[in-house]
Amino acid sequence: MNAVVGRGKYVKAAVDGGKMKPAAEYKGCRASANTGQASCGSQAGPGDLPIEIWEKVKNHPCYSEEAHHHYARMHVAVAPACNIQCNYCNRKYDCANESRPGVVSEKLTPEQALRKVLAVATTIPQMTVLGIAGPGDPLANPAKTFKTFELVAKAAPDIKLCLSTNGLALPDHIDTIAGSKIDHVTITINMVDPEIGAKIYPWIFFNHKRYTGIDAARILTDRQLQGLEMLSERGILCKVNSVMIPNINDDHLVEVNKAVKSRGAFLHNIMPLISAPEHGTVFGLNGQRGPTAWELKALQDACEGEIKMMRHCRQCRADAVGLLGEDRSAEFTTDQLMKMDVQYDLEMRKGYQDGVEDERAAKVAAAQKELTEFAGEMSAITLLVAVATKGSGLINEHFGHAKEFQVYELSTSGAKFVGHRRVDVYCQGGYGEEDRLYAIMGGIHDCHAVFVSKIGGCPKSNLIKAGIEPVDQYAHEFIEKSAIAWFKSYLDKVKRGEIQHEQRGDAAIRQGSRISAA
Amino acid sequence: MPFKIIASQCTSCSACEPLCPNDAISEKRGSFVIEAAKCTECVGHFDEPQCVAACPVDNTCVVDTSLPRYQAPA
Repeated sequence: MNAVVGRGKYVKAAVDGGKMKPAAEYKGCRASANTGQASCGSQAGPGDLPIEIWEKVKNHPCYSEEAHHHYARMHVAVAPACNIQCNYCNRKYDCANESRPGVVSEKLTPEQALRKVLAVATTIPQMTVLGIAGPGDPLANPAKTFKTFELVAKAAPDIKLCLSTNGLALPDHIDTIAGSKIDHVTITINMVDPEIGAKIYPWIFFNHKRYTGIDAARILTDRQLQGLEMLSERGILCKVNSVMIPNINDDHLVEVNKAVKSRGAFLHNIMPLISAPEHGTVFGLNGQRGPTAWELKALQDACEGEIKMMRHCRQCRADAVGLLGEDRSAEFTTDQLMKMDVQYDLEMRKGYQDGVEDERAAKVAAAQKELTEFAGEMSAITLLVAVATKGSGLINEHFGHAKEFQVYELSTSGAKFVGHRRVDVYCQGGYGEEDRLYAIMGGIHDCHAVFVSKIGGCPKSNLIKAGIEPVDQYAHEFIEKSAIAWFKSYLDKVKRGEIQHEQRGDAAIRQGSRISAA
Repeated sequence: MPFKIIASQCTSCSACEPLCPNDAISEKRGSFVIEAAKCTECVGHFDEPQCVAACPVDNTCVVDTSLPRYQAPA
């Protein structure tokens, strides 16, 4: 973990009294004044969103936290060119082992992309969404981007289409987007103040000229907000991504949140800066640190309100394939695609997805049932737990095989997904790696317990020593239901005086962001 | 005729290709190249050479000093 220097107000807010609470001055954007609804991130069930929006996002893993346990997405790397330079970005076009946006293994033509989409749709029937996210900017490569969408819309009409842009060229292409089948757009907006923007963007290329400094940032922010308004006017769902860069835009993102909320964005995804020196980015090379888990959560909590906060983003590559948190892109290289027999079978996909829907309904019902037993129980205790899962909303991953842990916040009102921590797999070739165990424990240091399907004796005793309870009694059961049941017994023990409830410290967000060999 | 792309630095991102007003840029063996005979340094088209302005890698689209500078037709 990088040294924490120049602690901003989010760190302070988080550390005061050892409790996670947003700084008091941000009360303004927490209460949901108009809707009067208790917002719970983007974990929305249908009751939490207007029904027409829910219908659009319920099977979209990047737009619905609940869906991301069940449905997969894919990105096709047809857009290598970019029209701006960000200090946190360094594009690599032939890189297999870094996992961050801007990195791909190979660029594709629209025709190759279509073949890949059809192959993935057949192999992974729960893949419901195709996104174009780069590795550059899709709208800096409009011909390739829209050609790809056109081909896919024709061949695989049930797949949702979305694109992710920096927004600079968005106003120019708004009518093309509205006229195509694209129903989700993500804009990355890191600032609404050009002074701050100048520290993030060294230059932009706009209207046949290169602009730098404040001029560049001013044009960019104007175009982004204009593009967002145009999308909202046309009824196209828009998510906003923001990269949290400590001491540059961390406090300012609250302003960004207000600005995008007022212009009709329906989901705000604040992501931690990824900046390791080996990525070769400006921020990576000049030692700009990323936020800690607490800093990130405090900022997300401060922005929570009428607009949903997304907390399940995995900052995936521009050629990612699979469930969020897993990456199966290596199975679908051009060489392999050539060997595959690709037949698009809509009926098979529908049948499979009906099964997924049954699974979802069972999961929700189980959590509800567990929660009713809590009725009337009051406790001020809230705590975090980590979960090892392969998807489907189940505790179905071995501690030693987990590439990431999902983090849930437990209280008497239930279990709420609040984030995830990527880790290096502990078991390599059947043996546990000692130093990896300490890194994993650093990554879930703020959790009271870790839920797994199975765990070996050595990591078990180390976790207990570190004050993290390893829980394997709920193997292959639903996450929320199990977490609530465990929390209930935890509260009972506290009540009986068997254990003393204590706050836990902060945790590190991993910067290495390399794909571990499976 | 004077801009060239240093192949060892070109990431083949394709940003320059559609911007060239003379269609002088194409991809060859994993790098983009400028056809010298077609390059007008964007004189008469734009204030600055488009390939230089759009290229994400500094000093990759550079003046080819082995050739005479472009002269606009009188």
